[in-house]
Amino acid sequence: MPELRREDVAHVAKLARLIMSDAELDMFTEQLGQVLDHASDMNALDLEGVVATAHPFGLINVVRDDVPRECLDHDVVMAMAPDAENGRFAVPRILGEAP
Amino acid sequence: MSLPDGWEMVVGLEVHTELKTNTKMFCGCANTFGAAPNTNVCPVCLGLPGSLPVLNVRAVELAMAIGTALHSTISPSTFHRKNYFYPDMPKDFQISQYDLPINAGGYLDLPDGSRVSIERAHLEEDTGKSTHLGGSGRIHDADRSLVDYNRSGVPLVEIVSGPDIRSSAQARTYAAELRGILIATGASDGRMEEGSMRIDANVSVRRTGEPFGTRCEIKNLNSLRSLVHAIDFEAARQVEMIEGGARVRQETRHWDENLGSTSTMRVKEEADDYRYFREPDLVDLVPDQAWQDRVRDGLKPMPAERRAVLTLRLADPAPALLDALEVVIDLGLDPFVVAALDAGVAPEPAIARAANEIASDLDGVDKLSVESYVATLLMEQRGELSATQSKTVLAEILANGGEPTSVAASKGFERLASGALGEVVAQLIEENPDEWSRYRSGDEKLAQFFIGQVMKLTSGQANGKEVIAELQARR
Repeated sequence: MPELRREDVAHVAKLARLIMSDAELDMFTEQLGQVLDHASDMNALDLEGVVATAHPFGLINVVRDDVPRECLDHDVVMAMAPDAENGRFAVPRILGEAP
Repeated sequence: MSLPDGWEMVVGLEVHTELKTNTKMFCGCANTFGAAPNTNVCPVCLGLPGSLPVLNVRAVELAMAIGTALHSTISPSTFHRKNYFYPDMPKDFQISQYDLPINAGGYLDLPDGSRVSIERAHLEEDTGKSTHLGGSGRIHDADRSLVDYNRSGVPLVEIVSGPDIRSSAQARTYAAELRGILIATGASDGRMEEGSMRIDANVSVRRTGEPFGTRCEIKNLNSLRSLVHAIDFEAARQVEMIEGGARVRQETRHWDENLGSTSTMRVKEEADDYRYFREPDLVDLVPDQAWQDRVRDGLKPMPAERRAVLTLRLADPAPALLDALEVVIDLGLDPFVVAALDAGVAPEPAIARAANEIASDLDGVDKLSVESYVATLLMEQRGELSATQSKTVLAEILANGGEPTSVAASKGFERLASGALGEVVAQLIEENPDEWSRYRSGDEKLAQFFIGQVMKLTSGQANGKEVIAELQARR
């Protein structure tokens, strides 16, 4: 496992829209590095033949019937909006299109 | 439109289809089009903290139906979070399928004889709908946007083709055939104008025989017409760039139908940096053989099969008739045509009345039974209704319902009782002695005069040929 670099943390912070000071970047580089080190300890184990576990429970195919349920009241929904217009959530100018 | 000699386009399509379920993919909010904004929303599709998704079984079965129709392998699959920030996605991630899609591989055979491979057809959720305000109304210079989350969480299947398409015409045929399949499986209503089917086109060009070139992705094409024009424009643009010594840059482009051109939306830099990871709130989806078989047994015949059945019954059909037949197949109206042919109606009206009259009022199709369709066409064939009257009867039933005989009667289309026509003709001869004598002495033009008079007296219910027969009998 290559060591976690400061620029990796800065990149992930940017993707997550987190503004970080230099001091915070240093701190999280160290802390996240310890987390990754801990995870990489697993690599020391011989896991040959062990099937990847996706979920701690052995459940599959958890589904519900296609039956409508009551939605939230419109007024309740719009009360959560920082800004609203014509029954819609109003958001500031979007830079760039959706991926 | 074609590219300069020696050039070839390479196109792959990603078709997103909204699934026709009662509820959304992960919550019980109604999946309907056209409801008042933000009325079909709940904590799950608004992404409120603590809410948990539960998968809709109907969405899974429709996805399996699509995969079965496309000869895919239905496989154990998982859900991932695709992380990005955009206001139409309140969770800041979209639940999608990543490395293990429910449908892997497959192919679609087109009516032109070509085969397009299918790479995958996976489940994902739709986003909300933004309206950009201020400026020109386009995103680039809008000052704010309004978001409606009714569409947020609506189930989608994304069908990804291989890069096997070589012309815009083939792309159109592929999209149209796929649309027919989506309708036949019950997965979609195929209404592109309502956004229930949207297409992204990956386009590159190469000199014939060379390796694939750099591709551009054109987003959100919402009509077959836009698909064809956008692909043609983009391929020509790329050829011009390369011939001018420039290089194509991999990017996402936007098609402007009014300008007839594509423009850069964004360059793919961090595009693949979605930090996909397993959705911890959903478990694996592993449809067993019995479930797969149930879905397969429930499938109705696909367009290719229905087209073959009908084409076999047409001896040497004219191209126009085949075009009309495509409309019939595409809209799933073939049960009407098959029943009419079975009852002895000639192929032309059997197909044309479905492709024109029924197709122009699809919302009313539930009001028209197959029996009523056949009965109307048989009345037309026996001469009890003129072609125009037959179309009027069908239009009336599609609009307001009813039985052909009573609708025809209410429109005054009842055939003249036998003998009545003779009386009318005799009366006209008596009232117009000059015209009658000129007709008797051989002036055939006067036949039209008498037909006109008969039509006037009978409000157009008489048949011209029968009027002439009556005149001849008295000559």
